[in-house]
Amino acid sequence: MGEIAIRAEELRKTFLLGERVQYKTLRETLSGLARLPFGRGPEPETVTALSGVSFEVKAGEVVGIIGRNGAGKSTLLKILSRITDPTSGRAEIHGRVGSLLEVGTGFHPELSGRENIFLNGAILGMKRAEILRKFDEIVAFAEVERFVDTAVKHYSSGMYLRLAFAVAAHLEPEILLVDEVLAVGDASFQRKCLNKMQDVGKAGRTVLFVSHNMPAVTRLCPRTILLDAGTVHTDGPSHKVVSAYLRSGVGSVAAREWPDPARAPGDAVARLCAMRVRPDGGEVKEAADIRKPVDIEMEYEVLREGCVLVPNYHFFNEEGAYIFVSIDVDPAWHRRPKPPGRYVSTARLPGNFLGEGSVIVGAALSTLDPVDVHFFERDAVAFQVVDSAEGGSARGDYAGPVPGSVRPLLQWKTRVLP
Amino acid sequence: MPPPPTPPLFVIAPSRRALSLRLRELWEYRELLYFLVWRDVKVRYKQTAFGVAWALLQPLFTMAVFTLFFDRLAKVGSDGLPYPLFSLAGLLPWTFFSQGLSQSTNSLVGSSNLIKKVYFPRIIIPAASILAGLPDLALAALVFFGLLAWYGVWPGAPALLFAPLAVLLACAVALGVGMWLSALNVEYRDVRFVIPFVVQTWMFLSPVIYPASGVTTALEARGLPAWLYGLNPMTGAVEGFRYALLGSTACPPPVFAASAAVTVLLLVTGAIYFRRMERTFADVV
Repeated sequence: MGEIAIRAEELRKTFLLGERVQYKTLRETLSGLARLPFGRGPEPETVTALSGVSFEVKAGEVVGIIGRNGAGKSTLLKILSRITDPTSGRAEIHGRVGSLLEVGTGFHPELSGRENIFLNGAILGMKRAEILRKFDEIVAFAEVERFVDTAVKHYSSGMYLRLAFAVAAHLEPEILLVDEVLAVGDASFQRKCLNKMQDVGKAGRTVLFVSHNMPAVTRLCPRTILLDAGTVHTDGPSHKVVSAYLRSGVGSVAAREWPDPARAPGDAVARLCAMRVRPDGGEVKEAADIRKPVDIEMEYEVLREGCVLVPNYHFFNEEGAYIFVSIDVDPAWHRRPKPPGRYVSTARLPGNFLGEGSVIVGAALSTLDPVDVHFFERDAVAFQVVDSAEGGSARGDYAGPVPGSVRPLLQWKTRVLP
Repeated sequence: MPPPPTPPLFVIAPSRRALSLRLRELWEYRELLYFLVWRDVKVRYKQTAFGVAWALLQPLFTMAVFTLFFDRLAKVGSDGLPYPLFSLAGLLPWTFFSQGLSQSTNSLVGSSNLIKKVYFPRIIIPAASILAGLPDLALAALVFFGLLAWYGVWPGAPALLFAPLAVLLACAVALGVGMWLSALNVEYRDVRFVIPFVVQTWMFLSPVIYPASGVTTALEARGLPAWLYGLNPMTGAVEGFRYALLGSTACPPPVFAASAAVTVLLLVTGAIYFRRMERTFADVV
C-alpha cells in the first residue's frame, strides 16, 4: 500500500471540431491545397474534452469517476488506457492495465462461443495460456456450457452479454479501468458481475470505475472523483461526492417536455406535454433523498370533450422490473369528465418507501369504460433514490448493499420474554 | 510524497516527433496478431461455402485467360517456360499481394470498433489482414504443384528454399504499402476508391503477365542498369517466386537487391508514418 498506481498531471485533450463531424477526403484536401498555394485556411475550431485533470490513485484503491455526459469521463479513461493520446499533460501508470470500455469488443457472430472467448480474451490483453487456464471458469460463469460450440449469432442477447461479461470479468490486470459496462445485462447477472468486481477490489487491484449508477459507485468505491466540464470538480469519499453531485441538480432525465404536439405521445383525445420529478415537492432534480417524499408530475392537454381520463404511473427499477403501478384515485375527478384544457396531475411517493437506485417512471393516460389508452410513455422520466447514510433511513447502521426495490421504514418492537 | 520505488510501466504524454517503432511491444502482442489472423481466416472459410474453391479457382481462371490472350494472341514470351506455369508462378504472389493490399487499406476503418475500445499496437490490424491471405496462397500453391507434376517440371531443391524468402518479400511489400495506405485511409476516406486502380496499374508494371527479362534487356539496350526495374519491389517478389518454383534465372540478381532495398525503405517509412498517425486513430476513425 501507499505506492502510486496512476498519477495524472494536467491532462488535456482537445478535438478538432471537424474531426468528429465529417471525414476529410484526399480529393478535397488536394484541391484545397491547389487553391491556397501560400496561405493557410482558417484555424480549425476545437472542442475541449479535458482541461487539465490531475489526480493520484494509490495501488489497491477503487475509485469511482462520475459526472454528467460530456464531463470528460470517457475521454479520461481512453487516455489512461492509451487508446488516444492527450493533447498535453502526462500520466504515469505503474502496472499492467486492463481496460473494459465495452463488453464483447471484437466478438464475431460467425464464431462459436469457444472461439470468441479466445479472440475476445486476446483482444482484452490475456495470454493464450491464461485463457486456457480460465476457460472452464469463464464458461461456467457465463452459464453457456451447452452452447459453447454454437456460433454466437444463434445466442440470445442475454447469453451473448453473459459470455461477453464473463470474459471481461476474468481479466486480471493490476489496474482495471471500467466504463459503464455494467449498465446492461439482466439483473441477477449484473449482480454477479458487481460481486466479482468487488472481489477484484479486495484482491488489492487498482480499479477506476466510470458509472452513472450512483448506488453502485457508492457501494463499490470508497473514493470518487467528480468530473465537471473537463476538470476535477470534487475528489473525496464516495458518499459525500455522490450526494453533492446529486444535490447539484443534474435534471437531465428528471424532467421532459414534448413541445411539438405532432411528436408528443397521445391521440385525438389527449396528449402528453411534460413530465417532472420533484424530490421533496421542490425543484426538479434527479436525486431523491430516500427519506423524503417525491412528487411525480404529469402535464397533459385534453383535446376532446366528455372523457373520464385517468392518469396512471408505472414504476420500474433499473433492471426494468415492474415495481408497481399507481392509478389516479383523486375523488375530485372521480368519474368526472375533464373538459378540454391543460392539466397537471401529481402523485406523491412517500419517503422511506423506494429502495436505493434508479427508478424509471412510465406515464399513461387511460379511459376505463371501455378501456382505452391515450398514451403510455414507457421511459418518461427517471430519478435516483439515494441513501446518504446519515441516519433516518431503513438501512439503520448497516453500511453494505441492501437488496430490494422497496425499503419501507417499518415499526420494530422487541419484547423481553420473562 | 515519496518517489515511486519502481519506474512507471509506461508514461502517457503527447506524441513527439521522433519516436521509436516500439518493436518490443509488438512482440508482446504477437498472440493478438495470431488470433486476428486466425479469426479472419476462420470467418472467411466459414462464411462462404466457396471459400476454399475461390482461393483455388481465382488464380486458375486468371491463368487460363492470360494464357489465351497474352501467350496465344499477344505472344509476350515466358523465358522458355510453359506459359501457364510461368503466369501462375507470377499470379500466386501477385494475388496474395493485391488482396493483402486492398484488405489492409480498409482494415483500420473496418476495425474502428476495436480501435475505439481497446489499446494494442495498431500495426497488428493491417498486418493481420495481410497474413490472413497466406492460407489462400498455400492452397493456390498446391494447385501449382499439381500443374508442375502435369508438365513434369521439378524445381531443384535449393531453389525451392527461396520460396519462403519470396513470400516474405511479398508480405513485406504489402505491409510497407499497407501501413501507408491504411493510415491514409483513416484520415482520407476516399483512398480506398483509388486502390483498384493502383492494383491494376501496379500489375502491369510488374512482371506478372510478361517476363522481367523483357524489361531488363530493354533497359540495358538503352544503356540503363537492369536494377532500375527492381525499384518496383514486386518485381523482386514475383521473379523470386519464379526462381524458387520454376528455377527461372532470367532475372538479373541486382534487380532483387534493388527490390529488397526499396522494401526496407517502404517498411521503415510506413512504420514511422503509421506510428505517428496511430495516436489519433481513435479520435478520427
